[in-house]
Amino acid sequence: MKDEIYKALVEIVGEEFVSNRKEELYIYSRDSGLSDPSFPDFVVMPKTVEEVQKIVQLANREKIPLVPAGASLTLSGLTIPQRGGIVLDMRRMDRILELNRRGRYIVIEAGVTQGKLQSFLEENCPDLCHSLPEAPPSATVVGNLLIHGQGNLTQPYGFNSSMVTGLEVVLPTGQICRIGSCSLSPYWFSIEPLPYLAGLFLGWFGTTGIVTKLGLKLFPKKKLRDVELFVLEDPNLLVEAIYRITHTEMAEDVTTIAQPYPLMFRGTIMIGIYITGDTEEELEFKRKIIWESLGEIIKAKEGGFMALMPEMKKGLLEKPMSSLTRTADILKGGGFVYCGAIIPIEKFPDALRKLVEIAERNGITYAHSGRVIGRGHCMMFAFAFPFNRGDPESMKKAKKALHESYAATLEIGGVPWKPGAEEQKMILEKMDRGTVELIGKIKALLDPNGIMNPGNWEVRL
Amino acid sequence: MNLELHRCFRCGWCKYPSGFEDYNCPSYARFRFESHSPGGRLWLIKAWLDKEIEWSDHLSEILFSCVACKNCVENCKMDFRDEILDWIISAKSKAIENGLAPPKVRDFLENILKYGNPWGLPRNKEASWIKELERYKDQEFLLYLGCECRYEERGARMAKNVVEVLKKAGISFGVLDDETCDGNEALMLGERGLFEELASKNLQKFRELGVKRIVTISPHAYNAMKKYAEGKFEVLHFTQLFSELLRKRKLSLSELEFKVTYHDPCFLGRHNGIYEDPRKILKSVPGLKLVEMKRNRENAFCCGGGSGNFVFDFLSGPSSPARLRIKEALGTGAEILVVVCPICKAMLEDVIKEEGRIEVKDIAEIVLISAK
Repeated sequence: MKDEIYKALVEIVGEEFVSNRKEELYIYSRDSGLSDPSFPDFVVMPKTVEEVQKIVQLANREKIPLVPAGASLTLSGLTIPQRGGIVLDMRRMDRILELNRRGRYIVIEAGVTQGKLQSFLEENCPDLCHSLPEAPPSATVVGNLLIHGQGNLTQPYGFNSSMVTGLEVVLPTGQICRIGSCSLSPYWFSIEPLPYLAGLFLGWFGTTGIVTKLGLKLFPKKKLRDVELFVLEDPNLLVEAIYRITHTEMAEDVTTIAQPYPLMFRGTIMIGIYITGDTEEELEFKRKIIWESLGEIIKAKEGGFMALMPEMKKGLLEKPMSSLTRTADILKGGGFVYCGAIIPIEKFPDALRKLVEIAERNGITYAHSGRVIGRGHCMMFAFAFPFNRGDPESMKKAKKALHESYAATLEIGGVPWKPGAEEQKMILEKMDRGTVELIGKIKALLDPNGIMNPGNWEVRL
Repeated sequence: MNLELHRCFRCGWCKYPSGFEDYNCPSYARFRFESHSPGGRLWLIKAWLDKEIEWSDHLSEILFSCVACKNCVENCKMDFRDEILDWIISAKSKAIENGLAPPKVRDFLENILKYGNPWGLPRNKEASWIKELERYKDQEFLLYLGCECRYEERGARMAKNVVEVLKKAGISFGVLDDETCDGNEALMLGERGLFEELASKNLQKFRELGVKRIVTISPHAYNAMKKYAEGKFEVLHFTQLFSELLRKRKLSLSELEFKVTYHDPCFLGRHNGIYEDPRKILKSVPGLKLVEMKRNRENAFCCGGGSGNFVFDFLSGPSSPARLRIKEALGTGAEILVVVCPICKAMLEDVIKEEGRIEVKDIAEIVLISAK
């Protein structure tokens, strides 16, 4: 049977782009996080939507699990094929199809990476940008949206998934459909005002269909960009400081950092405030307004701006910031995991306290980075733990700390971002029963044979 | 072997140039499976050493399709970046030691050992004009030709052009009668023993002849000789010498109205940091317009010929690095793609017929045309 499936896949995409060899199966059986590996039977790299459609039809007919994957960088195992089957590496679908400069949107295929889009925009329309996550440049744009990722424009405009202007999707039964204005117009300018079908695919981790094309909002990119670090010690005061900063509407990005090393940072919390402008005057104006908004805290000597050394500033302004990737080498061990808790900002003090407790309880170090989402509507709070891939004990501790972080997130009223399969179960357990049933009914309706990324958002009706 | 392979996070920065224009790891760009990326390769090496997976022909091809272009070292963001290539070479070495290397790699190395060139050609197959060159006695320079220029037709043409330019500039040089392979590819393939034997033969010969200054045609030879020549004699790549000759006005160039683009070879560029001498030469030609490809200097995309792949070519196919590079060159609108490495020349010329609309010329030919 496997031979026949292999031949059918070769027929669809060509021999070069199908593998059932152990080397590819090994690599696609795991990601850089701490999820247990699970081997696919095949790895396939389609080039066109028609090829994706044929693969889906084959999988649906033969009831073979199908796992769409970008760069597999979620660190929570979302593209690990838990029940085997076919992994679809989407990165050969890497064309940038349309740039509508005046309409400030772009249409791309599902395999376009953050790096490729960033580079394309810098070359072709340097006055526009997309909301760039702090993921490595190899992460795919679509992958980031499908997990409700965030980026440097999340503070003013919300989750990156709210920046979608159109989708092309292959449904689990093989039907191709378009969502948004592109379903009835040649223009991919908006998801609204039609029924909000994008919600059937965003945040579902590939369990409801395979996104093959994306329309994405672009935003004005100012010529100049700067960063200030506001440092304080009281986490309760951070909540107030963020409220004041976001009230000014002068910041592009607002981030948080807390970590025990280097020692000079221990016990402090930093707010990264990014400002942009087309002129020095504009930049200075924004800087002044933000400084004034924090005047009382500064006056009370409860917080202040840190003088940034040029190297540090350079690192903070790098797009994307490679220092976050380097978290993986803190223990010279090639790994870190994190629970990205989406929480109300007022819960920051609770989350930070929990993070320190969890790290101490497990005898490991931690790093926190966070990002304000919307004008303070919520934030992403990362409980991050580096580990040493060469030391099983270190991996075990980090895994336990990660699990406890998910529990802590739920306990303080937050929602874990891009949870792994086990953590999804924790979420579903706590979720309103009506909501759980709705999830189950939608999945059953769209994917009657349960082939799409099984093991994720699984609900027994 | 180094036990720090586990430090690779497989984040993927190493696949890119610094501007992220396109994938810059030749084998990943060619095959597109994560297994062929630098991180995938390191994880597979670790899995093999940890006995999680067994050796196979496919693993062997994954390993030996690394062309040692050093883009991963250039663009990795981790502190261990300088060790990545060494780890890969060590794994190749272990494979060779255990008799596991692909037959094509084994033949390549055996041919170097037995015949002094990777093709296994007898000495009488050398380009005939080489016999007419003056032998090295006490001239200022030893011109080291290397097997790519002695036995490979494109390399031989390039060498001849270099020779003509040197003669035109009145440079005193000679070649070796019985040249020994420089060993760069043996080193990159992990055959350190063979490399050291070749290096030792060369060094002995250079000592006997009292060689003080060597000029190489291939950047691969330049790289090898820099490794074993520290402090013993001066090694120059011919573009460094040309650049110096132009600066001293020993060559006068007339107008050429070409639009050209320049391909940085990995063993001159990323391995040895020489980016500007070839550009200085091109800029010295009146009327010549140099346009850069998006990926240039530290970020240049490799032709795919390194680590012996110019012979066994595990990266051939419709998306071979050479084809991708030619397409990038075409994108500049240049009429000529200028090369300074005989291996790049052969790799790129091989695919030019299909990709078309641009000529591959070595820089010595450009200088020669302009100097006429």
